Amino acid sequence: MVEVAERIDDKAHYLGDLGRVKSSSPEWINALRRDACARFESLDFPHKRMEEWRFTNVAPIVRTRFRSTLEPAAHGLTAADLVGLAYGVPEWSELVFVDGFYSPDLSRVQPGVRAGSLSDALAGDAETLRPYLNRYLNGSGSAFTALNTAFMLDGAYVSVAKERAVEAPIHLLYITTGLNAETASHPRNLIVLERHASATVIESYASLAVDVTYFTNAATEIAVGEGARLEYIKMLNEGTNGYHLATTRVHQDRDSSFRSFAIVQGGRIARNELGVVLDGEGASASLNGLYMTGGEQLVDNATSIEHAKPHCTSWIGYKGVLDDKSHAVFSGKIMVQRNAQKTDSNQLNQNMVLSDKATIDTKPLLEIFADDVKCTHGATVGRPPKELVFYFQTRGMSEAMALGMLTYGFADEVVNQIEVEPVRARLEKFVYTKYSPIPG
Amino acid sequence: MLEISNLHANVEGVEILKGVSLSVKEGEVHAIMGPNGSGKSTLAQVLAGNEEYEVTEGGVTFLGKDLLEMPAEERARLGVFMAFQYPVEIPGISNAYFLQAGLNEIRKSHGLEELDAMEFRDLLRAKMDMVAIDPRFAERPVNEGFSGGEKKRNEILQMAVLEPRLAILDETDSGLDIDALRIVADGVNKLRDPKRSMILVTHYQRLLDYIVPDYVHVLYKGRIVKSGGKDLALELEEKGYDWVKEEYATA
Ligand SMILES: Nc1ncnc2c1ncn2[C@@H]1O[C@H](COP(=O)(O)OP(=O)(O)OP(=O)(O)O)[C@@H](O)[C@H]1O
Ligand SMILES: [Mg+2]
Repeated sequence: MVEVAERIDDKAHYLGDLGRVKSSSPEWINALRRDACARFESLDFPHKRMEEWRFTNVAPIVRTRFRSTLEPAAHGLTAADLVGLAYGVPEWSELVFVDGFYSPDLSRVQPGVRAGSLSDALAGDAETLRPYLNRYLNGSGSAFTALNTAFMLDGAYVSVAKERAVEAPIHLLYITTGLNAETASHPRNLIVLERHASATVIESYASLAVDVTYFTNAATEIAVGEGARLEYIKMLNEGTNGYHLATTRVHQDRDSSFRSFAIVQGGRIARNELGVVLDGEGASASLNGLYMTGGEQLVDNATSIEHAKPHCTSWIGYKGVLDDKSHAVFSGKIMVQRNAQKTDSNQLNQNMVLSDKATIDTKPLLEIFADDVKCTHGATVGRPPKELVFYFQTRGMSEAMALGMLTYGFADEVVNQIEVEPVRARLEKFVYTKYSPIPG
Repeated sequence: MLEISNLHANVEGVEILKGVSLSVKEGEVHAIMGPNGSGKSTLAQVLAGNEEYEVTEGGVTFLGKDLLEMPAEERARLGVFMAFQYPVEIPGISNAYFLQAGLNEIRKSHGLEELDAMEFRDLLRAKMDMVAIDPRFAERPVNEGFSGGEKKRNEILQMAVLEPRLAILDETDSGLDIDALRIVADGVNKLRDPKRSMILVTHYQRLLDYIVPDYVHVLYKGRIVKSGGKDLALELEEKGYDWVKEEYATA
């Protein structure tokens, strides 16, 4: 095979920036970074011959010589700049990260809530984080995941002590300013719920830069302890030339429950990898998603659930609405280990394709090593059935109007399951405005 | 008001309607009865504009206009309404949103102002009251998870909101218990109007006890083989269809 003259495997710009990362104390953090750096150097960037990246061409990201932001910038942002991005609910904790770094001035943390900057937490109380940090990502993920660990400069650290219920949501908001073009940030997050703890965490990505090219390379590790309950909403709304690659790993102990929503709105290329390990009996995971693509967007939701112990249940339900020349990719991988009997696992990926030029690649992948399990999967691609459209017509509405309303209803079905009212309300307005043919 | 003449229609290449002629005048109520598979729903679907059914011969005029020329939504705007024998479920779309959109499309086509959400809500409340539907159904997705009887009642609610000139009710009575039947029939009777015509497709005399028709027709093998007054329904109830079939065979 003849490669194009341009070298697309150039890592020099990342390695150069990694060389400028100041060493931290304690030493084990530097060791983590060094190992990850070695891994980054040894791995190829994702390419189409890798099974997990078959449909997801990240060459535009690989090709751009992004410079990584190494320290907080003097961004000068105020709360007024965050209108429509932050929620500003007084009872919530809202942590704002600007170009990858925690911005205390823009943030508010409720008394008694342990949420803040990862770098502060490492500087202050590294030993508490040590059992968790890089435990679930270690040795897995792509070169970009390794790159995230190699930087590990900042991000969010959220910790909920055992038996504690944090009622008010914790919103982690990541803003790209776009002050400098072709920059990369590598936010690194750690969320730990101890035994019987509960919380709602919202992780959202947005941009103040309309056209600027930038790259968010995020990684999040989540530990859900025994009997703990986490509601986790990820909202991805990067700029039109924003690239976003994220790896999220969730580890669940027995009787824990994890429910997630991944809502993808904006971004030139967005890949959201979410992997869950059900590592204790009676644990349950529910992964829900909605991607709404248009233009020339490429959006990939790569989900996976490993049933490592018996009597766990899992659900993966993602919906997509695809328009223009956009391309969406969905994969749902279920692995049931030999001893994970009585596994109950279901998945459904439904796609509404509005344009002839939009494409979807959807694939379930089941690896089942136990025999007493119930696993189902399904995928649909297409437009609403004619008989549905006809029903609208008999009530005076045109076909175009029926399709618009059905598209709105299709998307809203995911959104209206979100229990956090301000998030749901904002998203409902978004899907209504985007798809409903009736002015609101 | 409605003139059906020698209507032939195919489904997937098979002829189902084989020359139906029927004339319905303003304010009249016609009942159409007939054995399973005789083409009653096909007739209703063809009148409503379902393109799965291909008209091969004959014609239909409604209010002096050629109905078959029009797409389904235009027929609805002109005042044709069909209550489906099997109403579909529409996930994600609330009854209120659906009906407000439909009503406003119809109003617009008549040069009337659209109703805003508040005005529509009041109207919907009143209509729900009239057909005894729990107001909470306004926010539920159309027909989703409704019981069979609830779906039928919801069809009548839609008719009450859209106020058609011609209502074709395809077995709206089937699957209703006695109380629900009375509620539906009361609703329909309230909507009887000298300017509104109705075609009731039914298998049961009991509906016609409540909604007394002006005419009763028997559709058999794609043709209207017998017509009469309301007494014909009683006769059918008593004797079944065999005598009609025999008459047809020897005719
Ligand atoms: N969409 C369709 N595709 C294939 N066949 C159809 C379709 N619709 C109707 N038919 C056939 O046409 C014939 C007439 O059906 P239709 O539903 O009109 O009968 P009906 O008189 O309404 O019966 P019932 O009393 O059972 O409701 C039947 O043989 C039926 O199977
Ligand atoms: Mg029928």
